[in-house]
Amino acid sequence: MTLANGFKNDKLMASVMALLAAITVLIPLCNWVFPVGSPLYFSAYTVSVLGKYLCFALLGMSLDLVWGYCGILALGHGAFFALGAYAMGMYLMRQIGNRGVYGNAELPDFMVFLDWKELPWYWYGFDQFWFAALMVVLIPGVLAFVFGWLAFRSRVTGVYLSIITQALTYALLLAFFRNEMGFGGNNGLTDFKEIIGFNIHSDNVRASLLMLTGLTLISAYFVSRWITLSKLGRVVTAIRDHEMRVRFLGYRVEMFKLWVFVFAAMLAGLAGALYVPQVGIINPSEFSPLNSLEIVIWVAIGGRGTIYGAIVGAVLVNYAKTLLTGWMPEIWLFFLGTTFILVTVFLPDGLLGLGRNRKEQKS
Amino acid sequence: MSAIAPKPGVVDTRHGSILYLEDVNVSFDGFKALNNLSLYIDAGELRCLIGPNGAGKTTLMDVITGKTKPNSGSVFFGQTIDLLQMDEPAIAQAGICRKFQKPSVFDKLTVFENLELALATNKGVWASLFAKLTGEQQDRIAEVLEIIGLTEHRSHLAGILSHGQKQWLEIGMLLMQEPKVMLVDEPVAGMTHQEVERTAELLVSLQGERSIIVVEHDMEFVRSIAKRVTVLHEGSVLTEGTMDEVQNDPRVIQVYLGD
Repeated sequence: MTLANGFKNDKLMASVMALLAAITVLIPLCNWVFPVGSPLYFSAYTVSVLGKYLCFALLGMSLDLVWGYCGILALGHGAFFALGAYAMGMYLMRQIGNRGVYGNAELPDFMVFLDWKELPWYWYGFDQFWFAALMVVLIPGVLAFVFGWLAFRSRVTGVYLSIITQALTYALLLAFFRNEMGFGGNNGLTDFKEIIGFNIHSDNVRASLLMLTGLTLISAYFVSRWITLSKLGRVVTAIRDHEMRVRFLGYRVEMFKLWVFVFAAMLAGLAGALYVPQVGIINPSEFSPLNSLEIVIWVAIGGRGTIYGAIVGAVLVNYAKTLLTGWMPEIWLFFLGTTFILVTVFLPDGLLGLGRNRKEQKS
Repeated sequence: MSAIAPKPGVVDTRHGSILYLEDVNVSFDGFKALNNLSLYIDAGELRCLIGPNGAGKTTLMDVITGKTKPNSGSVFFGQTIDLLQMDEPAIAQAGICRKFQKPSVFDKLTVFENLELALATNKGVWASLFAKLTGEQQDRIAEVLEIIGLTEHRSHLAGILSHGQKQWLEIGMLLMQEPKVMLVDEPVAGMTHQEVERTAELLVSLQGERSIIVVEHDMEFVRSIAKRVTVLHEGSVLTEGTMDEVQNDPRVIQVYLGD
């Protein structure tokens, strides 16, 4: 009935979702049932790497809403991920309490090191989980709102908008590098101990975080799918293909763009918050423009404008990255660049487009 | 009834006219696209605009729909609505809608979805997110599909329609917006002879309830639909009248044929 690629790929979509559900449920389950050392016991490394992939999948998916559906090529989407990650990191820092190197219950280690006497006001509240959880979506959301409001209202589009988004993340990168900002400077936030009272390094917590990430990803997928299948989704697709025409139909184009942009930024923030406890560190390099470009590549490789294509792309590219950077780190960027060019030229609809075209030829 | 002044925001056509353009000037880098243009369109009339290339026809439509702001002059919708204070979506919502020269439909959406997007309803973001078509709205879409002759193509992607069908779909999209004024830019460009005839019938049948302004180069088509024709030349109105009057006006002949 609705969006062309909505139902046609039902089978492919269903298998991706089934695989995702299996990872989400079976791996943590195996780790609870089977003893350490059994072949069905997944190592802490495997669990946290999978968790990381699923966070990236959520991040890629959020970019697909902005780029694949709304046509905004945002090259700074990693900024929202990093902000969500920092918000969670601040909570985890406060959880350390007096177990830091300096044993100061009031101040995180890096502040003691900088000889700060009291906690900056913007750290208030981050000792509460609920507050941090709220900030995880609120901070990226507010930044996206202010940025989008200014950019979309002045009708900045295309390459110009892409460049500004890139500048945004670069500016944040430089700002977070500064010690005076109060976010740990170059080293960022790390050395976490606990999350809501549980040991962050225990296998059970790792398995639970993987499960939580998987469930978040699956729910976010269905919410996003519902949005794209709504009339709002159709308006947004129409804006992507012919912005001026939509305006003459009486829609406030800038408000639609803003809505999608803010929603996607919140999802990205959520992905960042799930990422931090699983990798154990957040530092300014997450703001680097290169990271944001990689997200675009995941989506392009998976297939834009499908939502679940971004999941496939993010997981495959990051799996390749894990393999290659272990084997020959220096060729990774060349490999990524080449793949991107090949996909753009030969598979404009990404990997999912491959399956789709074959199916369409058959029918 | 007529003693009660209409609220601002309601189109007041008690004086017979629905669009008032007075002394409108638009210049791009010194080039005067519209030069002291004044034009009045009556409620319910079908008006044809002709003129050689560069006469300012498209610029005129841009001014009425809010895409271009004039350097000076006034543009009113009815007696009370100042179009120069409004942007494109606001003008569209007020009831002025436009078909573009190049058929502009959404290729990746179906014919039905194209009409659904145009449907006159609350076009806010949240309203769109939770929008569901009522039975009445579905009937309206079915009705318009029937009028534009695309009922059997309702679930096809608009991208696969022929050029003529896309033109009709866009006219259908205008109808879905329940407009008071329809601006139709070159509706028969690239159409076959039969398609041109059907389009003429369609436009003639639509006048009355709404005003229609048609810009067209095809003189035979203009003759078949127009009661009144306005000729634009170098950004202002050269003359106005019936097709016969206009075609016999020596100034018009000179403009079209050169000295």
